[in-house]
Amino acid sequence: MYDPTVARLTYRALLGRRRALILCVLPALLLAIALLLRLSGVADDSVATNLLGGFALATLVPLIGVIVGTGAIGPEIDDGSIVYLLSKPLKRSTIILTKLTVAVGVTFLFAALPVLLAGLIMVGGSQQIAVAFAIGTIVASVAYCALFLLLGTVSRNAVIIGLVYALVWEALFGNFVPGARTLSVQQWGLALVDRIVGSGVEVTSAVALPTAGILLAVVTVAGTWYAVERLKVLTLAGEE
Amino acid sequence: MTTIRIDHASRWFGNVVAVNDVTFDVGPGVTGLLGPNGAGKSTLINLMAGFLAPSTGSVTLDDRPIWKNEEVYREIGLVPEREAMYDFLTGQEFVLANAELHGLPDPGAATARALATVEMEYAADRRINTYSKGMRQRVKMASALVHEPSVLLLDEPFNGMDPRQRMQLMELLRRMGQDGRTVLFSSHILEEVEQLAAHIEVIVAGRHAASGDFRRIRRLMTDRPHRYLVRSSDDRALAAALIADASTAGIELDFTERALRVQAVDFGRFTQELPRIARSHGIRLLTVSPSDESLESVFSYLVSA
Repeated sequence: MYDPTVARLTYRALLGRRRALILCVLPALLLAIALLLRLSGVADDSVATNLLGGFALATLVPLIGVIVGTGAIGPEIDDGSIVYLLSKPLKRSTIILTKLTVAVGVTFLFAALPVLLAGLIMVGGSQQIAVAFAIGTIVASVAYCALFLLLGTVSRNAVIIGLVYALVWEALFGNFVPGARTLSVQQWGLALVDRIVGSGVEVTSAVALPTAGILLAVVTVAGTWYAVERLKVLTLAGEE
Repeated sequence: MTTIRIDHASRWFGNVVAVNDVTFDVGPGVTGLLGPNGAGKSTLINLMAGFLAPSTGSVTLDDRPIWKNEEVYREIGLVPEREAMYDFLTGQEFVLANAELHGLPDPGAATARALATVEMEYAADRRINTYSKGMRQRVKMASALVHEPSVLLLDEPFNGMDPRQRMQLMELLRRMGQDGRTVLFSSHILEEVEQLAAHIEVIVAGRHAASGDFRRIRRLMTDRPHRYLVRSSDDRALAAALIADASTAGIELDFTERALRVQAVDFGRFTQELPRIARSHGIRLLTVSPSDESLESVFSYLVSA
């Protein structure tokens, strides 16, 4: 199920110097804005909800998800070094599940933790906003990681497709087409946030919590299962 | 004693047939897989390494299918052609990771042993991205040997190696063959195969062109008609003298090149007789160059033979 060596290789590839730097930019921005709002004295519950819902969960989380999810396997497939994992008596499911675990761990570090901190900086423990969004982020991150890990396994253009999904579908399309919002990881996360936050805060999700929970589980499990199936038949075309 | 059996295997990509109905066994000892670039050697190695499914036919390791069977990697060591490794690791970390992935009981000791085998201990603590091509090749080799596999598959292992490294690797492969391991390497360079493998399989344009003892195939290759371009102090007189000798089949006076185009049938005799004939007629040879030594022409002759 989990192989420490695969995990170590994935961590080191993911947190290589350049990628780690990119991963730091968005959380740093979020924390900077939160700090600025706090210092200028305008940070109240509704401002915090807007920032965490409108920027963190809508943009930061999917983007970190794209970078980490595709980055956990895509580059290895692209350059062919995955051959050193595949030419081993390792279950393909172990490789995928390990990479998923690592990806979730890294998004926790670069998405959930900054969201929690930003919430605490702005409003402290008020209305459980910080905790609610952090939990929403964790749950959404798991689905994003599974989805983008699958994308990294099946497509060489995973980053582009992932960005299009995150920015166009989640952020833009959902504003115009109501149906699109039902199939949006972000909305599922919001449904959970809505359940946790205090009643004094307005958080709206297009999806009811039970539906959101089912969809999250389905996307995560099906995405992971299909990634395993694809890895089993991954063909490494020669250089000829 | 492990045998890889390729049985009527074909592999196509869309409309392109990369491997066409190939059948042969690879047994203990060193086997050379020879063929020009693009002949399907890498595709064949990928079939044998379990990274491609045969479109038809089968590829087995001691009667077990290789495709979608990760257990076979306990017995297979693979040295891929592609350069990419985990470049951010040191050589030692890389080989150790491979040992751990194999689930070896003592990965540290296996790593030390493999690095010693390829004589890379001196650079084991340097990061792979500082390595030369030859050093990368040797570390790849160490990673493939770390679990002491009974089968070793190498895709163009000598590419980019300097002569000394080449000799070392050849020595190592020879030793592994003598130990009873099944070693298969691909190459498009005749001399490499000649030096290392007694047994060769020739692949041309996806087809299995020849199989067997190297000397027999070499003879086929050297006995084929050769074409030469010859310039001399008196081309016409030389042409007359050469056509009288049994080693030639045809001579053309090429006025634009100001040279003779000679078709030799007996390669050995022609190269001996040409200077002798020239000297006895008082003709000076200015240029003698083979004009169809490209490997492709050698191989296409083999296919038709």
